[in-house]
Amino acid sequence: MTGGVLAMVLVYLAAAVVFVPIAKRLGLGAVLGYLVAGVIIGPFVLGLVGDEGHSVTHFAEFGVPVMLFLVGLELRPGLLWQLRKPIFGLGGAQVVATAAAVAGVAVAAGLHYKIAIAVGLIFASSSTAIVLSTLAERNLLKTQGGQASFSVLLFQDIAVVPIFAVFPLLATFAVIAPSAGDAGARPAWQSALLVLAAVAGVVAIGRFVVRPVFQFLATVKVRESFTAAALLIVVGIAYLMYLVDLSAALGTFLAGVVLADSEYRHELETDLEPFRGLLLGLFFISIGAQIDFGLIGREPLMIGGIVIATMAGKLIVLYALGRLFRLDRSSRWLFAFALAQIGEFAFVLLTQGQKDHIFTAAVAAPLVAAVALSMALTPLMFIVLERFVLPAVTDRDAERPEDEIVSEDTPVVIAGYGRFGQMVGRILRANQIGVTILDLDPEMVEVVRRLGVKVYYGDASRMDLLHAAGCARAKLFVCAVDDKEEATKIVEQVRHHFPNLTIVSRCRDRQHYWELRKLGCIAVFRETFGSAYEAGIASLIQLGYRSYTAHRLARRWRDHEERTLEDLGKHWGTESYFAQAKQRMEEAERLMRDVDPTVYLERDAAWDNESLRADTQVDAAAPPVAERP
Amino acid sequence: MRRILVQFAHPVLERSRVNRRLLAAIRDIEGVTVNDLYEAYPALAIDVEREQALLVAHDVIVFQHPFYWYSTPAILKEWQDLVLEHGWAYGAGGTQLRSKLTLNAITTGGPAHAYRREGGNRFTVRELLAPWEQTAFLCGMRFLAPHVVHAALRIVGDDDLAPRRDSYRRLLEALRDDRIDLERAEAAQNLADELDHVLAPREVA
Repeated sequence: MTGGVLAMVLVYLAAAVVFVPIAKRLGLGAVLGYLVAGVIIGPFVLGLVGDEGHSVTHFAEFGVPVMLFLVGLELRPGLLWQLRKPIFGLGGAQVVATAAAVAGVAVAAGLHYKIAIAVGLIFASSSTAIVLSTLAERNLLKTQGGQASFSVLLFQDIAVVPIFAVFPLLATFAVIAPSAGDAGARPAWQSALLVLAAVAGVVAIGRFVVRPVFQFLATVKVRESFTAAALLIVVGIAYLMYLVDLSAALGTFLAGVVLADSEYRHELETDLEPFRGLLLGLFFISIGAQIDFGLIGREPLMIGGIVIATMAGKLIVLYALGRLFRLDRSSRWLFAFALAQIGEFAFVLLTQGQKDHIFTAAVAAPLVAAVALSMALTPLMFIVLERFVLPAVTDRDAERPEDEIVSEDTPVVIAGYGRFGQMVGRILRANQIGVTILDLDPEMVEVVRRLGVKVYYGDASRMDLLHAAGCARAKLFVCAVDDKEEATKIVEQVRHHFPNLTIVSRCRDRQHYWELRKLGCIAVFRETFGSAYEAGIASLIQLGYRSYTAHRLARRWRDHEERTLEDLGKHWGTESYFAQAKQRMEEAERLMRDVDPTVYLERDAAWDNESLRADTQVDAAAPPVAERP
Repeated sequence: MRRILVQFAHPVLERSRVNRRLLAAIRDIEGVTVNDLYEAYPALAIDVEREQALLVAHDVIVFQHPFYWYSTPAILKEWQDLVLEHGWAYGAGGTQLRSKLTLNAITTGGPAHAYRREGGNRFTVRELLAPWEQTAFLCGMRFLAPHVVHAALRIVGDDDLAPRRDSYRRLLEALRDDRIDLERAEAAQNLADELDHVLAPREVA
């Protein structure tokens, strides 16, 4: 048993490891790589996986709710409200128009009208999993076309609920025993109430349960419990949705939206990202493994015809809708090509259709093959789009895409929001410069968040969190962490992964200063230097120095100090420990010498007119060449 | 009674001989406010609102400073650039300084005879103060002749400076009490020398 499971895991992982990089290298995208891997290990090529494919699919389908949860995290409720028109207008039009077109063709082809309607509804959906991961992989999610695609996919997810409700009405042959436990078994008003209650429940969980739980976990400081809690949210909501016959993806999406404003957003993203990737990969592999090449071989014309006719039809409907909803030219094409396939919900609905006595397994089998094929063709569709269609339309399409989702990326990322980072952040914010803040202290995060500052809980030395915070697009990174080792680690990470990002850093002492300078920080500041410097000036003033003089003298000392620091740094780290220790002694000695005021005070000849004075005393009669007071 | 604002600028007052004593001579006069610019703004970050409020609250603005390079110490230039705003001090709606009196109380290294066509400095002090005079004109202020202490480098003890301390103090008191013939004061060269000439006769009638 254990051996069997391990062998299976081995096969799936090996397939992913081998084929995904190859597909990516060939420019085909990871999704196609997974599908090909599935076909290869499937029953028709290597036969490494067989009947368990279906159960793997069910397990892997969980990747979709995880993905939608993450998508939801990117969308604040305000943004979602902005999208209400594309979701319900464009999405609704797409489902109705596509279903009608498919049903029309099906009736013409001689199918019963009820079967035709059911197939139309099934084929109207597109693949959330494939489309969103492909768009994300190509960085197209935030474009106009990407947003339109996303809105339609979201509506399709919502539409699954009424489709489930309508299916029992489409039964074409006698119902032998009433199917219990299905959505249709409940009266409509009860279903509606349940749906409302579930949605309210999800919002309540996001608002009132998740934050205190995370706050508690943050104080415990155990990484895994955070990851477990993140998974628990998604699984819990998916299960809640299952109980009320709602789309799990829809529920987790909603939960994501509710949590999008939370300070734990980046942490959640970081924790769930690997699960999303793995589960979706598994899902695509299992789809690839399930394509029934036997059936395709026997009925190539019929299945090929269904795939081509459906995709062409969907493409035309989508393009027309894109025009109607005023997408710009290149966005229309992206939108149409991206959504032309039939989605994974079709598998679920094709099974449900048989349970609801709409059609028989004999009708469903070629449709299942057609759905799988159309999904497998999607990466190829994207390649056609990018190589042939977009180049042909984009040069004539100079207009700027409008109504883009406002990116939350800020020009500055600050790691560490304690006493040091706060000052930097406040100065920047006072000048209308957006900052994203990362901090590891849950109490600090909570306090600062209450003040209305965008602050996120998380370990800033983690590569993925840095990515999530938008380092790839930021202009400046401020490392304001107090811990010496931690700061060095963060600077190293940022330097390594984002070599073009300018780094300003806080440091503990001289050694640390040189260390960070060597790592490439553009500016490094000893954490107590500024205040000690000010205190020095204040002391001079209290001792009776004129304020301007005190400032000038301190500045002069500071310039000298900074020069010395840079000079000493050139020697630092080039000798062994003992040599360094010796150097530090010398350094201390040199510091003591620097206290000698002659170093700088005696040189202060500014506005000094003693020499001029001597001149005028000697030769009072002749006017000096340059008369200066 | 006119209220007098002394805008004082000296970067190293602790080394000053003349300006320090001149300042001490007028500091306690009733109705005189001394604004020590370098002490107030050691980083040259002028508080424009505060400065404008001070200007509004006074009728006579005296700029007391050494005549560095035929001009002022740096902070006074910064002060002009920031405080004398368009629409406030001059231009459309810039009427805040209108009909106030202004003059420069300066100290020079060179003796009086150096400040003439044939002298080492080739221009008179009034000529060299042309930018200040024009600034006052643009702001609608009456520009009076400067109070100049020449050959400041040769002044050593209190005795050397006594007459100038006295003239400076008397000048400010007379301005305060409106005992100055403004037309004569505008036409003069050096109020330190011509004080008696510009003082309005006390009992005309």
